[in-house]
Amino acid sequence: MHEDQKTLEPSESVNMTDAATPAKTSESATPKMTARHVDVFYGDKQAINDVSIDVNMDSVTAFIGPSGCGKSTFLRCMNRMNDTIPIARVNGEIKLEGEDIYASKMDVVQLRARVGMVFQKPNPFPKSIYDNIAYGPRIHGLATGKEDLDEIVESSLQRAGLWGEVKDRLQDSGTALSGGQQQRLCIARAIAVDPEVILMDEPCSALDPIATAKIEELIHELRGKYAIVIVTHNMQQAARVSQKTAFFHLGTLVEYGDTTDIFTNPREEKTRDYITGRYG
Amino acid sequence: MNSLTETTRRPTDWQGKDMQKRIAGRYAAERRFKAMGMAAIALSAGFLAFLLVVMVGNGFRGFTQTELPLQIDFPAVTGGASPSQFEGPNAEANLQAMGLRDIVDSSIEIQYGREGAELFSSGGWTAVGAKILDDPEIVERQATVYLPATSEIDVAYKGDGTPAAEEQVRELKGQLSTGFNWNFLSNSDATDPMQVGIWGAFKGSLITMIVTLMLAFPVGVLAALYLEEYAPKNRLTDLIEVSINNLAAVPSIIFGLLGLAVFLNFFGMPRSGALVGGLTLALMTMPVIVISGRNAVKSVPPSIREAALGIGASPLQVVFHHVLPLALPGILTGTIIGMARALGETAPLLMIGMRAFIATPPSGITDPATVLPVQIFLWSDEVDRGFVEKTSAAIIVLLLFLLVMNALAIYLRNRFETRW
Repeated sequence: MHEDQKTLEPSESVNMTDAATPAKTSESATPKMTARHVDVFYGDKQAINDVSIDVNMDSVTAFIGPSGCGKSTFLRCMNRMNDTIPIARVNGEIKLEGEDIYASKMDVVQLRARVGMVFQKPNPFPKSIYDNIAYGPRIHGLATGKEDLDEIVESSLQRAGLWGEVKDRLQDSGTALSGGQQQRLCIARAIAVDPEVILMDEPCSALDPIATAKIEELIHELRGKYAIVIVTHNMQQAARVSQKTAFFHLGTLVEYGDTTDIFTNPREEKTRDYITGRYG
Repeated sequence: MNSLTETTRRPTDWQGKDMQKRIAGRYAAERRFKAMGMAAIALSAGFLAFLLVVMVGNGFRGFTQTELPLQIDFPAVTGGASPSQFEGPNAEANLQAMGLRDIVDSSIEIQYGREGAELFSSGGWTAVGAKILDDPEIVERQATVYLPATSEIDVAYKGDGTPAAEEQVRELKGQLSTGFNWNFLSNSDATDPMQVGIWGAFKGSLITMIVTLMLAFPVGVLAALYLEEYAPKNRLTDLIEVSINNLAAVPSIIFGLLGLAVFLNFFGMPRSGALVGGLTLALMTMPVIVISGRNAVKSVPPSIREAALGIGASPLQVVFHHVLPLALPGILTGTIIGMARALGETAPLLMIGMRAFIATPPSGITDPATVLPVQIFLWSDEVDRGFVEKTSAAIIVLLLFLLVMNALAIYLRNRFETRW
């Protein structure tokens, strides 16, 4: 399995970028994040088995697979959110721009600012909309003054497509927004600390179709500015928003490639079965 | 399979007699439960009302005193003192030099005869001094002052005295009156029930509570936060958790013995002081704050922690920016309960010597002090009947203290409460 992965990956990514954005070939030649031979254990139980994957700057990468296949676990390894679980143990190597994120000299706090995360359930702080966005820049000292902070808040909300809806009520509680607005607020909050990668863990699973469509539109717009990884249960969503898709099954990476290839012409039998709804 | 279940199971008769009986039974159970709940509420409300009525009814009389009028011809008895003597910085000294006690005694003798002094409370003459300082002009004229009668007359006038005292009251009928006992709010403990006051004990309680809060709150909150957010889950922390839970259940007198052994005997801190009292009560209050604090911290949704960690907040920032503010209302609830218990605590303070006769209010944490519940306990033990209503009055003061303290804590809690 692993051999297969190795041979397939580089050619795939080059192919893909050639087709989509030929001008950026040089940039995508060095992926934003790389994972090699990653194993994750929860106590004795192995949740992830030898996963190797590259995440590129100019594409949205989707992780799909049945429940419990380890896609969320793997996602949470990419900004070391798994550190909060005492029994979790990670082997292998994950690099952000060539730096090993599990190296002892890597500062976890800074890593999480560089690799932001959006969670399954919208989780705004029970503070004002303004403070929700301003919190990250404040703790990282990203703003030089009040006006600078105001600007960061406005631009983050604008990028998240929420500015028009909330610009007159920035002092209202973030929890008073609707579910979809809350999730966009969370995305704006992640953008506010100027991350390089944004990880999204099923960001639409708690939202209605209209709010989902808005988030998907937002992901389209953010593509290219940030490397985006999205975990989703919804295969149509993966097909709509992503350029690359990884199919996980029972803790292993079964197949990774261009989204169009995965959905129209999967290499593996298991992928085909899952995509056609045979199991999942 | 399907046909088998269909044949063996009779169709459910939703309208049948059994079903109707079941429904009626269910309604009856609901009604019974509601009635029992209402009865329980009514019973507790009744007890509370009874307690308050009795307490306020008896206690109110403790705030009043029976007074006798006394005419003092100041120019004659003082030998021509001028008002200017009782103004400025030397006023107190001049007043003492004047021999006020003798002046009052001789005035009493003029008005009430040789035995007259026995009608007045022994310390009552100080009230004349206060009057002079209040209005120095009074020494240039004849004036009538109202002085407290003896405790026996006071009790008899309020309708609960000995036959001898009632005889005195009959003789003095028409002269006796009731006035508000300001001394009760400003004096401290005394041997004469007419002269006792609550101020010393009140101040002692206040200082003790401040010491308790200053120690128990930060230590309790930090312990709760550390145990919930930082401490690894292992045998040692399990042991600590069990110990804290047990500590909260230890009888309070044992904390008193601990305070005696550790703070007084080992550290040699001053006996009877608010410092030792506060430390002892803090030991007792801390476990309550730790337990409620841990529960409050535990109930902060993990999604908030993840959100903060996810944008790169350090564990410390997560705790102090997000977890603590959200847990604060719960922590304050526990603090209210713990402090209320500490305020009402008597037994441990008896062990560390806070049951002494304290006639001067404490001015610092090391001065000998007593607290309200101990004062109540001491007065309730007195033989003199005059102390009965003083005890009730002190209880009212204690309850008011408690009420104000709780109101403050609830106000703070509501201010910090986050609306989701």
